[in-house]
Amino acid sequence: MNTSIVPDNAAISVFVLCFVATIVLGSTVRLWRPLLNRRKAATRHTEGEEWGLGGREFGAWVTWFLVGGDFYTAYTVIAVPALVYSTGGFGFFALPYTIIVYPFIFAVMPRLWTIARDGGHATAADIVRARFGSRTLELAVALSGLVAVLPYIALQLIGIRTVIEALGFTGMLPLLIAFVSLAAYTWLGGLHAPALTAFIKDVMIYIAVLAAVILVPIHLGGYGAMFHSAAGHLPDVPDGHIVAQGQVVPYATLALSSAFAAFLYPHTLTGILAARSADTIRQNAVFLPAYTIVLGLIALLGLMAHAAGIVTTSSSQVVPQLFLAIFPSWFAGFCFAAIAVGALVPASVMAIGAANLIMHNILPHRSESVTGSRLAGFGVKVGALGCVIFLNARFAIDLQLLGGVIILQTFPALIMGLLPLRLPAPALVAGWVIGSVAGLGLCWIDGLKPVHPVAFAGFSASVSTGLLALGINIAVTLTLGAVIRLALGASPSTLRPGSIRR
Amino acid sequence: MKKAIFLLLPFAGLLWVPLYNRHDPVLFGFPFFYWYQFAWVPVTSALIWMAWKMDRQS
Repeated sequence: MNTSIVPDNAAISVFVLCFVATIVLGSTVRLWRPLLNRRKAATRHTEGEEWGLGGREFGAWVTWFLVGGDFYTAYTVIAVPALVYSTGGFGFFALPYTIIVYPFIFAVMPRLWTIARDGGHATAADIVRARFGSRTLELAVALSGLVAVLPYIALQLIGIRTVIEALGFTGMLPLLIAFVSLAAYTWLGGLHAPALTAFIKDVMIYIAVLAAVILVPIHLGGYGAMFHSAAGHLPDVPDGHIVAQGQVVPYATLALSSAFAAFLYPHTLTGILAARSADTIRQNAVFLPAYTIVLGLIALLGLMAHAAGIVTTSSSQVVPQLFLAIFPSWFAGFCFAAIAVGALVPASVMAIGAANLIMHNILPHRSESVTGSRLAGFGVKVGALGCVIFLNARFAIDLQLLGGVIILQTFPALIMGLLPLRLPAPALVAGWVIGSVAGLGLCWIDGLKPVHPVAFAGFSASVSTGLLALGINIAVTLTLGAVIRLALGASPSTLRPGSIRR
Repeated sequence: MKKAIFLLLPFAGLLWVPLYNRHDPVLFGFPFFYWYQFAWVPVTSALIWMAWKMDRQS
């Protein structure tokens, strides 16, 4: 940090007040919710169902906040503006990503919800086991979900740490506060805590973002002047382009792979499966893009920071530093609380989703114990903490993209499994193994960079590593599937009934 | 069939980057690259809404 501004006590007090109030309100939800809503108090679910899926009773509004809330995270408010600050228009690939994801949800997710409801499934791994009758495949899908969510939670911890650092704290303390608040919040609240505090969080983020996108350009002399001034600080792109020629393919492939990956995660799928009906999901696909406008505006904060003269070597600090430079310190404190809560809520849903996977799908015996789920959730958070400490990514966003590489390997089993393709389970398992190894191997070689250069028939470009690994995965799955069917003479009795039924 | 086209249009419009990778024309101070992608948000909502209506009719 070169131009870091030291905030006064007003910023710190407002931050602490808003952040703590949200945590307390969220984690005590089971105590005060019956007071507000007597009708709901009458319906009783098992404690595990209540903690993990909220009783599969969320209507359109709650689903909107829950899905939107765990989709728009520290990724949106910290990582994307950081990338835009460092790379200019290239970082904007998050916008096409969060647009094309909705037609995809509309086409695919209602079908998945119906299968899950009919079979009483709570996780992706449940769905896959029932469909292909394979415990190995269930384990594969559950492991992907668990491992993929770790760097994603790590990104949220980095988000909380970043704002606490911006308040003037240094050393290990910010990360410690981030971890402890997340652990306490999830342990006590379960899924109802995020669903209801997602509302508070969204309102806070909207206030912060609206203030930023209105006040900052006024401060800087309008959007035109802002774009012009920002361009002066970024590498020059020839021929009136915004994204350099070599970044066009990465831009498109990262958008596509992120969109495919977005709703395979245990936490996003939790939001979908907790909906009341398939039509609730379709309806949400129409209205969720409203969040995308906000995401785009937040991404622009990366450019505004240049125009406002923010110079920092730690790109994650871009948004907090911009807020401190532009806003009165008490309001900056409020915005920081919005960012921290905005990271806390999704991190909590992620930990619950991953805990569900451990309890339902990874442990050899199904367990419904809430204490067990809470312990599993805690273990997940410790793993995420490990990712923050040991993974040395150049940009915070690389952590989310690494999660994407891992989770994309469940795409063939979960999504292509919806098609009448008759994919045999061993082929899917083989594809998963080779795809995962290839994807993680490439990430390792490239130092966590999310794109890998390929050259094919005179055409060379950098392609999203997740998409490359998924391509390998699908090729292996289809080839091996065809071989297995040929070898078995395609006799229907050798295929699991689940793989044929549509 | 029409429904599939509605749902695939945003993919075509946004993943073919050379289509909008340019500075001009500028609108309200926003370079074309930025406002073109912002414009796809309401358009996509409308397309999904139409697909939803068609679902309910059939």
